[in-house]
Amino acid sequence: MELKTLQNKKQNRTGHSRNMAQTRWTPFFFLLPSLIVLCFIVLYPLFYEFWISFRNVTLLNLKSGKYPYIGFQNYIQILTDPLFYKTLLRTLVWTAINVFFHITFGLFLAILLNRKLPGKSIIRVLLILPWAIPQYIGAITWRGMFNIEYGAINILLTKFFGPNAAIPWLSDPKWSFIAAIITNIWLGIPFMMMTCLGGLQSIPQEFYEAADTDGASGWQKFKNITLPLLKPVITPAAVLGTVWTFNMISVIYVITYGAETEEAQILVSLVYKKAFSYFRYGYSAALSVIIFLILMSFSSIFIKSQKLED
Amino acid sequence: MRSERFEKGDSVLKIILIYITLGIFCAISVYPVLNILSISLRPASTVFSTSLKIIPDNATFDNYINAFLKYDLSKWLLNSLIISSLSAFFGVILSVTAGYAFSRFEFLGKKVGLSMLLVTQMFPATMTLLPLYIMLIHYRLSNSFLGLVIVYISTTIPFNIWILKGYFDTIPKSLEESAYVDGANITISFYKITLPLAAPAIALSALFSFMGAWSEYIVARVIITASDKLTLPIGLTNMMGQFTTDWGIYSAAALITAVPVMIIFICLSKYLVGGLTLGSVKG
Repeated sequence: MELKTLQNKKQNRTGHSRNMAQTRWTPFFFLLPSLIVLCFIVLYPLFYEFWISFRNVTLLNLKSGKYPYIGFQNYIQILTDPLFYKTLLRTLVWTAINVFFHITFGLFLAILLNRKLPGKSIIRVLLILPWAIPQYIGAITWRGMFNIEYGAINILLTKFFGPNAAIPWLSDPKWSFIAAIITNIWLGIPFMMMTCLGGLQSIPQEFYEAADTDGASGWQKFKNITLPLLKPVITPAAVLGTVWTFNMISVIYVITYGAETEEAQILVSLVYKKAFSYFRYGYSAALSVIIFLILMSFSSIFIKSQKLED
Repeated sequence: MRSERFEKGDSVLKIILIYITLGIFCAISVYPVLNILSISLRPASTVFSTSLKIIPDNATFDNYINAFLKYDLSKWLLNSLIISSLSAFFGVILSVTAGYAFSRFEFLGKKVGLSMLLVTQMFPATMTLLPLYIMLIHYRLSNSFLGLVIVYISTTIPFNIWILKGYFDTIPKSLEESAYVDGANITISFYKITLPLAAPAIALSALFSFMGAWSEYIVARVIITASDKLTLPIGLTNMMGQFTTDWGIYSAAALITAVPVMIIFICLSKYLVGGLTLGSVKG
């Protein structure tokens, strides 16, 4: 009964009409299959992860299923280790640089492609290739191109700047990190470009024509028409992009594959390495929980600021 | 003539500059693909060369043949095909009714449910991978196709529900309502009327689930270690040794893997962008 009044209240508020044939339990039956599966493979694992993060789970006792309770030790170990703060900082730098270049290049290319231009459909297909290629293949290909002797990049560098210009991309962690950033910028531009292009095409042409009659300059049109109208498209894409970049394992994993130090890792790739190369499952679970909290606070701050603007 | 094919008021210089800029970006975006193409065509003796030619001297298809002869490429292809098909099938079957419920019904927790589905897209892969991995070991499902499919659909189901919900929203309710007047119940009208109309969206989400599984490496590497169960991405990446990589064969195999997916993706990309932005703007 209570359920029903709540529903009615909601309908009045939102003004939706109820589906004619809906009975009290219909939504439940339709939701049931995915609900059951998601409970088992998403919800339960999440709780399980919190549970393991307070336990000592290593390769030795993994199969036994008996994991001793160690309280906050995993968390203390992480939060007292300078490695965590260095990696966190590196992750923030990684995310900021990547998202910045994805959006600026993506928007820039979208604006160019939104003009009347013969041959632009071919250009669009060529520009979308980095998104179409499976990520790990893209990353391995770049890894080959960063090879110190036979990689295309160093060959080009030495051709233009002499034999000393070759850069040890894969052996020096600082350069590996830069190599990973270049690879990931390459991978991520097409998504932003296509999103911006979709947004640009939905802006009515009349706005620009009106601005033209008022004698507005190109920059004024961009600042006063394009950007504000594109905002509802760019903002969610930027948030998604930020989260995806923050969580991007494969590029870092492939580019730094075989490296001995952790000096080019970001948080998620560090979790992955600690769990599946060093078999420190409890520790990794705790680190995962910390990452989860960081992402949750990011997205809730974002949602709140969105609501304030509305 | 010019005024019809280009923007009004653009000078020739501006048009040339635009083409040059786009040309540079196209070159950067295409070059890595041409690079693997070039390496895959090189004869074994000159795989390591400092030449930048796209079509190498003495180009051959040996690497493509050797990829099947020297490595288990056909086995990997088959395994990936099975796993990707299963993920696509279950990923869609399990999300289609939920997508319909989120589009058509009013119920308690609808908004919260929808945003929870979005939140799952924010998890890093390791977030559920680690506990699922331990669970799979417990239930002796590691190294099995079923185990891998379980991890894959845990990420595709929420995404598919969103895409399908968005598409159901565009199908007019009046069709179903007239069926109710004719005495059909909700299940019949869903299967007979709405579902056939949603076929394009269903095909699309199945394809995207398929391609996601086809190109996934980070999860597969952890779950599958037995050599007879390797999927394409693991097999391919195993070719990449720490010190030496058989670049010629690797490149050929990479192109065999990537080209079909790339073609499908380019044909479908405009739907994906539409679905994503539409969904998030509305949400």
